[in-house]
Amino acid sequence: MSKVSDFKEQVSKLTPKDFASNQDIRWCPGCGDYSILKQVQAVMPELGIPRENIVFISGIGCSSRFPYYMNTYGMHSIHGRATAVASGLKAARPDLSVWLITGDGDSLSIGGNHLIHMLRRNFDVNILLFNNQIYGLTKGQYSPTSELGKKTKSTPLGSIDHPFNPLSLCMGADATFIARAMDREPKHMREILLHANNHKGTSLIEIYQNCNIFNDGAFSTFTDKEIKKENSIYLEHGKPLIFGTKGDKGIVLDGFQPRIVNLDSDAELSEKLWIHDVYDRNKANILTRFFDDPSNEKALPRPFGIFYQESRFCYEDALREQLVGVKKSKGTPDLDQLLSGPNTWEIK
Amino acid sequence: MLRKFTRESLKDSSLSTKDRDRCKNMFVLGFVYWMYNRSLSSSIEFLNLKFKSKPEILEANVTVLKAGYHFADTSEIFSNRYEVKPAKMSKGLYRNIIGNQAIALGLIAASKKSKLDLFYGGYPITPASDILHELAKYKNFGIKTFQAEDEIAGICASIGASFGGDLAVTASSGPGIALKGEALGLAMMLEIPLVIINVQRGGPSTGLPTKTEQADLFQAVYGRNGEAPIPVIAASSPSDCFTMAYEACRIAIEHMTPIFLLSDGYIANGAEPWRFPRSKDLVDINVRFQKERKEDDLVYMPYKRDEKLVRSWAIPGTKGLEHRIGGLEKHQETGNVSYDPENHHQMVKIRAAKVDKIADYIPLQELESGSENSKLIVVGWGSTFGAIKTAVRDLATEGVDVAHTQIKYIQPMPKNLGKILSNYDKILVPEMNNGQLIKLIRDLYLVDAKPLNKIKGMPFEAQEIKSAILNMLNF
Repeated sequence: MSKVSDFKEQVSKLTPKDFASNQDIRWCPGCGDYSILKQVQAVMPELGIPRENIVFISGIGCSSRFPYYMNTYGMHSIHGRATAVASGLKAARPDLSVWLITGDGDSLSIGGNHLIHMLRRNFDVNILLFNNQIYGLTKGQYSPTSELGKKTKSTPLGSIDHPFNPLSLCMGADATFIARAMDREPKHMREILLHANNHKGTSLIEIYQNCNIFNDGAFSTFTDKEIKKENSIYLEHGKPLIFGTKGDKGIVLDGFQPRIVNLDSDAELSEKLWIHDVYDRNKANILTRFFDDPSNEKALPRPFGIFYQESRFCYEDALREQLVGVKKSKGTPDLDQLLSGPNTWEIK
Repeated sequence: MLRKFTRESLKDSSLSTKDRDRCKNMFVLGFVYWMYNRSLSSSIEFLNLKFKSKPEILEANVTVLKAGYHFADTSEIFSNRYEVKPAKMSKGLYRNIIGNQAIALGLIAASKKSKLDLFYGGYPITPASDILHELAKYKNFGIKTFQAEDEIAGICASIGASFGGDLAVTASSGPGIALKGEALGLAMMLEIPLVIINVQRGGPSTGLPTKTEQADLFQAVYGRNGEAPIPVIAASSPSDCFTMAYEACRIAIEHMTPIFLLSDGYIANGAEPWRFPRSKDLVDINVRFQKERKEDDLVYMPYKRDEKLVRSWAIPGTKGLEHRIGGLEKHQETGNVSYDPENHHQMVKIRAAKVDKIADYIPLQELESGSENSKLIVVGWGSTFGAIKTAVRDLATEGVDVAHTQIKYIQPMPKNLGKILSNYDKILVPEMNNGQLIKLIRDLYLVDAKPLNKIKGMPFEAQEIKSAILNMLNF
């Protein structure tokens, strides 16, 4: 509930605090969700969008409690369906800034169907997919992104479900903006959130989020100081793909095959480094396939940042155009004319 | 034979043989016109319109139509001709209307009168799809139709649109409604307007998709987890689909609730003459969006209720009303998540009372025929209307005095229904199911009603109802 004092926003700029609701946050202490919430609240005032025009929609799961903590309009809907609810809201109200909060179970398992359809329709919605590779709210079953062989309460002998590669799936559904961020890299996440907001169309950010209770350390390969730089690569448009603790490794594209090269020992190949181009669909497809098990010695580093971006019409705009167009061609409708229809007769 | 006659009548036509053969139906139609002693003019008018841009096909069809008529006249195959006298109907201007078309018109009318944009989220299913097709024709009324990826997305998108301030509607048939069940519960918890139309078909499961049945009444009244009351109304004829679709919108908006409108395959695809209303004669639909909150105003309480137990509709974009709603149980006024035992108990009672309260805002139950002194009352709902009406009228001409009432508002029932039923020792409830309304009536009014069930995917015939009445009266 907003306090009366909040109305000072009319005269002064909003602050992250203005976007925090008065509800107690119920996530477990140490959960990665806190960091994401903080970044989102921090980014909101910079969007220049009046608070009343912002809506957060979520499904079910730990992450889906998110809207309760935002002092904006919000709906905590049902499992897997936030994408469908947001589609209807955006079709009805293209003027609103709609943010969708979901998890790996919510959007890739029970809500998988709605996710791919939202992506192909390209509603102008920002999706934050909190991926912790586990079901947290239901206390620790494997999720569609859990690794093969994972032992959980529901898979005591290890999971035999081949996991989804979420960003690759999104490319397959013709997403127009896909990115990956990390709860432990708030500054980077912040940049991605701003880019996602600026993108016209569905922006999907997969955020690696640590569940410290049921899947602690799932992403430690990409967060532990000693090894993270060896295992992750941060993408920047127009810049070469370079990584490594000393920044001494790069990626070259050998045909369709990405290869790791050592910048110090292989000077010739170093000049042919892969330059990241967010508008290149083919390269983005290959980038999403940088998905090896990090324990594999020859594993490619896991990319973070914006993989791909394209400009394509949004469903809600096309819908509006049709409505305006048909009004022009058919004229202003008259209800009485509609009710009488083309053929009538009179009984006297 | 038919093909031969058709080809013969078109021997001078330049059409291909295949195209000539496609005119066969007109030969039969012409024949039937003769049998019933009717003028060909309306069909010729129709053909003129239909084949305006294809004069050769137009000419061929008209030629064969006339040939069929003259053949019937000269061949003397039938010696009898029939003449159907004009029905005795009230004075006024009429048009033809089909049930699903009437539903679409009712929704559009409600959208115009309430000045809300109409949003329709749905998924193709027999026999409800025609509502989507109809609405899609009238996009110049600003109607947003959204063919979703599945039934669940259809209703969830409608929930999103309603949250945004549109008049939101979804429609389906039994199996599709089953898929929407969880979202129905959400809409009920959110307390936002939403019209859910079930054009019933033969069930269970995939059942008899192209046949009619009334077996989803329990699904509408009870089919959700938890205590989740939703008002239910039913249309009793093709033209009544207009009235009840309009009513569904009125109740949804003015009472901030999801509402079920039940139709069925029989009236959805059935046609009848309709003395259509003038738009100015339609009752007003009052939309009251919560107004922007000023600096000195009290804190906004999303679940505070008015005298109708209705909460306010505060749509995104309204300054100062930022709030969060969802499917979790919520505190009575603030709408914040609440697990308080007392609060939950009260909220369940309040949501039930809110639906019951609608009874104050719907018409009282009336008798279609008969009086309180009649020996028996037939209680129908939905598409059984026509058959019951005919049966009771026929019996009246034979000197058997029977009353008839057709229930259109099923949850809540009209306030005087119990009193009406108490006048009769004998109550007959014909339904195209295994007995559903009858259980509601027995439950609510403790009356000894008797069922008449037909579960054949076919509507009742008047004769079947007549016999059941006579049986009950020991004739």
